[in-house]
Amino acid sequence: MSEIAIKADKLTKKFDDFVAVDAITFDVKQGEIFGFVGANGAGKTTAMRILCGLSKPTSGSATVAGFDVYKETEKIKRNIGYMSQKFSLYDDLTVMENITFYAGIYGLSDKEIKDRGESLLSQLGISHEAKTFVASLPLGWKQKLAFSVAVIHEPKIVFLDEPTGGVDPVTRRQFWDLIYEAADRGITVFVTTHYMDEAEYCNRLTVMVDGKIDALDTPTNLKKQFSVDSMDKVFYQLARAAKRSGD
Amino acid sequence: MAAITLDNIVKTYGEKDKKVLAVDRASFSVEEGEMFGLIGPDGAGKTTLFRILTTLLLPDSGTASVAGYDTAKDYTKIRNSVGYMPGRFSLYQDLTVEENLQFFATIFNTTIEENYHLIKDIYVQIEPFKDRRAGKLSGGMKQKLALCCALIHKPTVLFLDEPTTGVDVVSRVEFWDMLKRLKAQGITILVSTPYMDEAVLCDRIALIQNGKILSVDTPENTVRKYPTKLYAARSDDMHRLLKEIRSYPDIASCFTFGESMHFTFRSDDPHNIEKLKAKLNKAPHEYLEIKEIQPGIEDYFIQISEPAHE
Repeated sequence: MSEIAIKADKLTKKFDDFVAVDAITFDVKQGEIFGFVGANGAGKTTAMRILCGLSKPTSGSATVAGFDVYKETEKIKRNIGYMSQKFSLYDDLTVMENITFYAGIYGLSDKEIKDRGESLLSQLGISHEAKTFVASLPLGWKQKLAFSVAVIHEPKIVFLDEPTGGVDPVTRRQFWDLIYEAADRGITVFVTTHYMDEAEYCNRLTVMVDGKIDALDTPTNLKKQFSVDSMDKVFYQLARAAKRSGD
Repeated sequence: MAAITLDNIVKTYGEKDKKVLAVDRASFSVEEGEMFGLIGPDGAGKTTLFRILTTLLLPDSGTASVAGYDTAKDYTKIRNSVGYMPGRFSLYQDLTVEENLQFFATIFNTTIEENYHLIKDIYVQIEPFKDRRAGKLSGGMKQKLALCCALIHKPTVLFLDEPTTGVDVVSRVEFWDMLKRLKAQGITILVSTPYMDEAVLCDRIALIQNGKILSVDTPENTVRKYPTKLYAARSDDMHRLLKEIRSYPDIASCFTFGESMHFTFRSDDPHNIEKLKAKLNKAPHEYLEIKEIQPGIEDYFIQISEPAHE
């Protein structure tokens, strides 16, 4: 039986009267690429913040890499990687300085930082850019570098919050190649996206509507369940019924 | 008459030794009443073009006109006749919905009442929140308010810079429905988007990357320019299939595309598919399916893209 990387049971988060996350229950297996999609304001970010140990739930339970989201948030942070489109790398540090900074925070030794940093750069084919400021890198390079940095400490789970927004179609696909490789190495990938073709690349995914999980299955089964031929249509059917809107 | 023309527009940023070429000899024109899409990724030069056409930026060289006026000489006339919705939310966060609209109507010497018919369909959706500050609105509502403010002085040309970026599928569909209704009222619309699936909703599209206009045509004609046969493949183990197809020597390109992967061959050997299938069947896939397909805009964009970063 596969190991469970993330387990949530009736996980709930309220802000005063507003139920941002409403009793969601799901689990994610080790090494799985798990998609988390939903309309703006559905509660994705709130749920992700809880799972990253940045916010405490109001009720329900969850474990991430075996650690409790109420009591063991520091252990969770040490076992995960995180990357978002909005915030990833420091523009005014060089490529290598960013790598050193993040790998240092994740607790790698100087030797590990040097070795893994160099192999990461050669894998991405940007060894000659080690001393370039991140600000002057093309967006596509930045995103790929940010992902590689987020998994430099080989975490059990990596959380990706809309990692490919605005990136060109070729780079977007190269980015997914990196995701596949990480999953092959056993890293669990938890990813949110607005691109429905990317939802198809996930092993399983959930669609979140108004704080609740309305559907959870493989892309193929979800399309069967809703009798449609694309994830776009699955999403549209579910999200159109949403009552609340917002960010 | 063309509503928008660009002739050899060049724009660079930065100092002498660190010049960045943002727009590289861009030329195209948009007809009156047309819905024209500017399709390309972040950093392609879309926003720079918008800023030049809305007279907020001067090009290094080349000329452009909007509504018959020259962007360099007649900028005050252009500013009165266009509506512009920038990519970043640019209304006053600490004014209410109604105050923002009132403000934009006033600076263009008009009133909300005078052009209410133009925004009515959109405004009724946010009217219940008219006393709420703009900064407190949701993403979808901000977008609707911004569109109302860009329309309130009855512009002849509307510029929309990535109005649907980061917006969920449902709101995107609604937004494009609104644009269709505006087009029906005769307004020329130049809209940019990084979502290739939205390209088919435009009358004509320009594909842009690294500051260069790669193609200008209708969406239908654009995909007809695809030079070779395109195939789609899928199986129960997509990742393995992807690696196997990519390592097959006669494959020219192979990219994931939602539930399948799209690929092309280097040659037009009629037995290409049989040979590939024979190779793949050495370690059989369950539910292997390979078929020839019609290319889409995204296929064409990938095909003509400059090799990413070699």
